[in-house]
Amino acid sequence: MSYNINKKGYYGKFGGAFIPEMLYPNVEELRQNYLKVMAEPEFKKEFNQLLKDYVGRPSPLYFAKRLSEKYNTKIYLKREDLNHTGAHKINNTIGQILMAMRLGKTRIIAETGAGQHGVATATVCALMGLECIVYMGDIDIARQAPNVARMKMLGAEVRPALSGSRTLKDATNEAIRDWINNPVNTHYIIGSVVGPHPYPDMVARFQSVVSEEIQWQLKEQEGSSKPDYVVACIGGGSNAAGVYYHYLDDEDVKLIAVEAAGKGVDSGASAATSVLGKEGIIHGSKTLLMQTKDGQITEPYSISAGLDYPGVGPMHAHLYKSGRAEFISITDDDAMTAGLEMCKLEGIIPAIETSHALAVFDKKQFNKNDIVVVSLSGRGDKDLDTYINHFKL
Amino acid sequence: MTIDNIMNRIQIKLKEDKKLLSIYFTAGYPNINDTVTIIQNLEKNGVDMIEIGLPFSDPLADGPTIQASSTQALKNGMTTEVLFNQLKDIRKTVNIPLVIMGYFNPMLQYGVEAFCAKCQEIGIDGLIIPDLPVDVYHEEYKAIFEKHGLINVFLITPQTSVERINYIDSISNGFIYIVSSASTTGAKSGFGDEQTNYFKRIANMNLNNPQIVGFGISNNETFAQATQYAKGAIIGSAFIKYLTNNGVDKIDSFVKQILT
Repeated sequence: MSYNINKKGYYGKFGGAFIPEMLYPNVEELRQNYLKVMAEPEFKKEFNQLLKDYVGRPSPLYFAKRLSEKYNTKIYLKREDLNHTGAHKINNTIGQILMAMRLGKTRIIAETGAGQHGVATATVCALMGLECIVYMGDIDIARQAPNVARMKMLGAEVRPALSGSRTLKDATNEAIRDWINNPVNTHYIIGSVVGPHPYPDMVARFQSVVSEEIQWQLKEQEGSSKPDYVVACIGGGSNAAGVYYHYLDDEDVKLIAVEAAGKGVDSGASAATSVLGKEGIIHGSKTLLMQTKDGQITEPYSISAGLDYPGVGPMHAHLYKSGRAEFISITDDDAMTAGLEMCKLEGIIPAIETSHALAVFDKKQFNKNDIVVVSLSGRGDKDLDTYINHFKL
Repeated sequence: MTIDNIMNRIQIKLKEDKKLLSIYFTAGYPNINDTVTIIQNLEKNGVDMIEIGLPFSDPLADGPTIQASSTQALKNGMTTEVLFNQLKDIRKTVNIPLVIMGYFNPMLQYGVEAFCAKCQEIGIDGLIIPDLPVDVYHEEYKAIFEKHGLINVFLITPQTSVERINYIDSISNGFIYIVSSASTTGAKSGFGDEQTNYFKRIANMNLNNPQIVGFGISNNETFAQATQYAKGAIIGSAFIKYLTNNGVDKIDSFVKQILT
């Protein structure tokens, strides 16, 4: 059994391209070209060069000694927080901007929630000298002022999404509407493994550099390229897709996905899509999503702005339904506590998204000799205000 | 006689020797119980076909006017169940073709087969589902739609290839919805040569299915331009705006200014 995408663009029964006809030519152009372009030696060379010289890859695979001692297991941290712009997001935006240029596009649009993907997109647009428009819910614009300023400094235009609930899902809707209205010159850089096929697969492939590195780094340090567990937090799921990718079909390696429970899975303020979601269609993809009985998409909640997406990438919906990955949900409070513990034990301030993944050690007992790789997907500078308020620092 | 042999109201209407005016409105807007009144008033004033919008929280293909009406309709309490209840006796008073236009997720949650059966029971003639792709419809749902006598309407745009238009024509059995320009719904500032040439190009393809133009039609002038080469035209956002400003009692003057 393969857990990767099939020829028709589905992971099991999830995925596909449920898009209005107005988007068909744009998405079809991408579908026909993305694998061909990614296989070109020149493309690979340029992509890898930028990942090395501009992003700072490979990111270290760091053995977390004190954390390992505390939980009596072997914990490695994949340090995506050390990338340029502070998270894994840039791996995808570098890949997609090169793709856009190969397809002759001159105008870039993106959506952003907390602003991390918006900053990563604005960054690569500045690097390549392309016009950049980032859609952001106007509620998010108000609560993520530093990232809005960063995008503006990088030359991007930040357009408020004023429709619906005025957060990430609406920013995504606005970006899709912009693409409908600008079908020829524009490329839409989606920030996660969501959206219509081929986006989930393309983004997963750009992020797969992470697990490719883990394989040889672990081989160097442990003599085997296989960990026992790979742990990642999941919103849309691009970070998890990246760390899982080369282990998807190797069932010796167990996958753990950590979702945001918010104030508790049953509290009505949660983003635990696997538990609360039902099969449906969001942003062009058939997947699990949080919705009313009547099929209206609902607004998720998490203290972490990067995890409050009402859906989840189709790859992860399939990993959940097939039982290939174990899904665990972590509350705001438990995540914050785990984040602070990481600061004290390892001297690393993690993004709150990442803190959810770190809270797994309090929830699940690993064996002494287990090798557990955790994706340290982002750094916590952007979250200082939230940490300060939470802990009254 | 099987269902296949009965002519659908849409097919009968398309045979009439006139340009057809179709009007879209969002069910549950401006007020939750306006649905039947709006339909009856539109028919009384000479509208040929009606698209009843089933509101969705995330209408990707729609511009600001229909988005706002959908949000309000949902706040007013509109649901699939409520709409079906409102429409249950509609065929006692209304004869023109009725089409439900909505996004796929609410239909999926209701159950596609159950949704189609309910449409048939009420007397709905067709569906327009912008985010149900042609190939998925063809493989998974065509048989269900046909079993319940429903016509599914597909969209084409200025970017749709000739090959794809022919494919869409081959699996359509009512009309083809021509999206006037690469855009979401809502009024533009009239049509230029580019649109006219596009409508003409499609007309010259001699497709099996007649074409009805939508997106950007707001008044008498754009209706005339759109129907120069096409069988009819659909007005949505302009009608919603009119309802916002004038309520449901003066629908006659809206329709009159289009048809004069």
